[in-house]
Amino acid sequence: MSNNISTGITNTSAPLLKVTNLQVKLPVAAGTLNAVRGIDFEVQRGEMLCIVGESGCGKSMTSMALMGLLPQRANITASQLNFDGAELLSLTERQRSGLRGSRMAMIFQEPMTALNPAYTLGNQLCEVLRRHRKVSRQQAKERAIYLLGKVGISAAEERLDQYPHQLSGGLRQRIMIAMALMCEPDLIIADEPTTALDVTIQAQILRLLRDLQREFGTAIIFITHDLGVVARIADRVAVMYAGEIVETADTTTLFNAPQHPYTQGLINCIPTPGKTPPGSRLQAIPGVVPSLIGEVKGCAFRNRCSRAEERCTTAPALIQATQAHAVRCHFATSPVPSTAIPCEVLHESHQR
Amino acid sequence: MKATSVEPTPYALELCGLSKRFTLGGKMFSKKRALYAVSDVSLRVPRGQVMGLVGESGCGKSTLAKMLLGLTPPSEGDVLIQGKSITHSDQKTLARHVQPIFQDPYSSLNPRRRIGDIIALPLRLHTTLSSQERSQRVTAMLDLVGLPKRATQQYPGQLSGGQRQRVAIARALIMRPDLVICDEPTSALDVSVQAQILNLLLDLKEEFGLTYLFISHDLAVVEHLVDRLAVMYLGRIVEEGSREQIFAAPKHPYTQALLASALTPDPSLDIPDLGLGSVQPDPSRPPAGCAFHPRCPQSSPECRERRPSLPPVDLHGTGRVACHFA
Repeated sequence: MSNNISTGITNTSAPLLKVTNLQVKLPVAAGTLNAVRGIDFEVQRGEMLCIVGESGCGKSMTSMALMGLLPQRANITASQLNFDGAELLSLTERQRSGLRGSRMAMIFQEPMTALNPAYTLGNQLCEVLRRHRKVSRQQAKERAIYLLGKVGISAAEERLDQYPHQLSGGLRQRIMIAMALMCEPDLIIADEPTTALDVTIQAQILRLLRDLQREFGTAIIFITHDLGVVARIADRVAVMYAGEIVETADTTTLFNAPQHPYTQGLINCIPTPGKTPPGSRLQAIPGVVPSLIGEVKGCAFRNRCSRAEERCTTAPALIQATQAHAVRCHFATSPVPSTAIPCEVLHESHQR
Repeated sequence: MKATSVEPTPYALELCGLSKRFTLGGKMFSKKRALYAVSDVSLRVPRGQVMGLVGESGCGKSTLAKMLLGLTPPSEGDVLIQGKSITHSDQKTLARHVQPIFQDPYSSLNPRRRIGDIIALPLRLHTTLSSQERSQRVTAMLDLVGLPKRATQQYPGQLSGGQRQRVAIARALIMRPDLVICDEPTSALDVSVQAQILNLLLDLKEEFGLTYLFISHDLAVVEHLVDRLAVMYLGRIVEEGSREQIFAAPKHPYTQALLASALTPDPSLDIPDLGLGSVQPDPSRPPAGCAFHPRCPQSSPECRERRPSLPPVDLHGTGRVACHFA
């Protein structure tokens, strides 16, 4: 087992995960649902990337596509879906299931439905390791006890004989995290891991995830709709809207200088103590998310956007505002023009 | 009851020592045990104000709401709405005064009824209005909650979550109730839609002079909306006071932890360390003494033995806290 355990961030500079033009289409009764419409992103080793967006924006579809958990009928295409040198889409199902749980693991929103109610926790924890690594029962059990201690569960040895229903929601989520860490994966995808939990427990689980990520050097894709969580935990953020990534930036930039009107709207519409006067009207984003069934033309946000004009009927390209800040909007500007920006982008931004 | 109706009270809602006890076990091998979902809750909500109720899941918030709606009878204590006890009034009378808005607009609307019928149902049950008058009222209500007139002919399945919640609000308000119980009305909605619904709730409160009991776990939303706030822990109110009092200077350690755990979108701040430990309380086996003591960073031997009591409600609405250290 020890040969599989890395002690931190590997030296390779290539990103752990590189996604280019990922598309997910699902046949539904009314036509084709374009759940993910060509997204590009990278995850560096040991990085915490938050994907934030509202329901139906394709964030969960993206994670399921990465894990290979979408049903057969889903049509997944990508120019590149490269996980540490392996093209995920060209792997056989057997090869992919060798990766799942071993090198990429997932933490789901609702730990009660993700855990099997009929097996003991010890059984489920050890199974992950014994499925992927040649270890004895005893070794697997030791690893499970070690990790339960790491995720802050006391009396770990007795817990192994318990069933999921005997634990509270917070403890179950800790078990899920321990399970994800069993094989010491390079990448963990956490899909709304704290949404089902109480706020006090949420803070604990977030701290735990962040501390373990630093300790083990695991990259995490953290999927959430909660900007408060994003602000506290992310290294980098990708904002999704209607199946597209509309803005990516490091966390500080995204919150302090958001450029996409949707990101600005999201940040402004939540009441912030100290900034929003109590009882005042909130800046709601009018309208609803467009249907993704059939082809979406132009900027998907334009029917809710206060700045929308004629040119928004054509789909905006991703504009590099700075090297680490990309925005999919015709109005995006680069605050400090640098030589790294192609001149046609500069030209476009000056047209305003 | 007659005496109180002569002189209107300034309170839309009064709870006097309200408790709800459930019996667990008693079958086969398990011993009978009592679970107090709500114990000895006393609270007054002035008319036209928003009273927030916060606490973790399992603390009794929703049981309390059910008792106010007459969906489950209290085991002890009394509920007064506009000064009148509801304990012996029937469901139908009660429904004229109290209406709910539930968390999940997907399960709270009958999927096989048109929106127009859903909103008009309370009018059909409680009034003698003609169908034409009813439909006029429905159209006016739809307009108030920001739905197009054509929505009357639609089914809930054709609407988005935010629109369904608007329907639920319209249905709750069509009888002009005194009190609206909002049980997590925006937690099933997306943030961009949440702001629309919160704005609507505030507008309608002004319009109809409504009183809200606003149950939520989102403290940013609570701070934005409420006039007063009550914090519940394991079935009891541990702190109650005005918004300013509680958010500026929370006195109970649990309130302090709750407020600290609210994550504002500020990237310069770290994830708070609450020091609460990972033990979650079991409502059927509440700890002796102060129920919060196993998680409390300040607990002393006294907290383990003696339960701190919450001072009674006074006329001035002074803040109350149940803690030995406050």
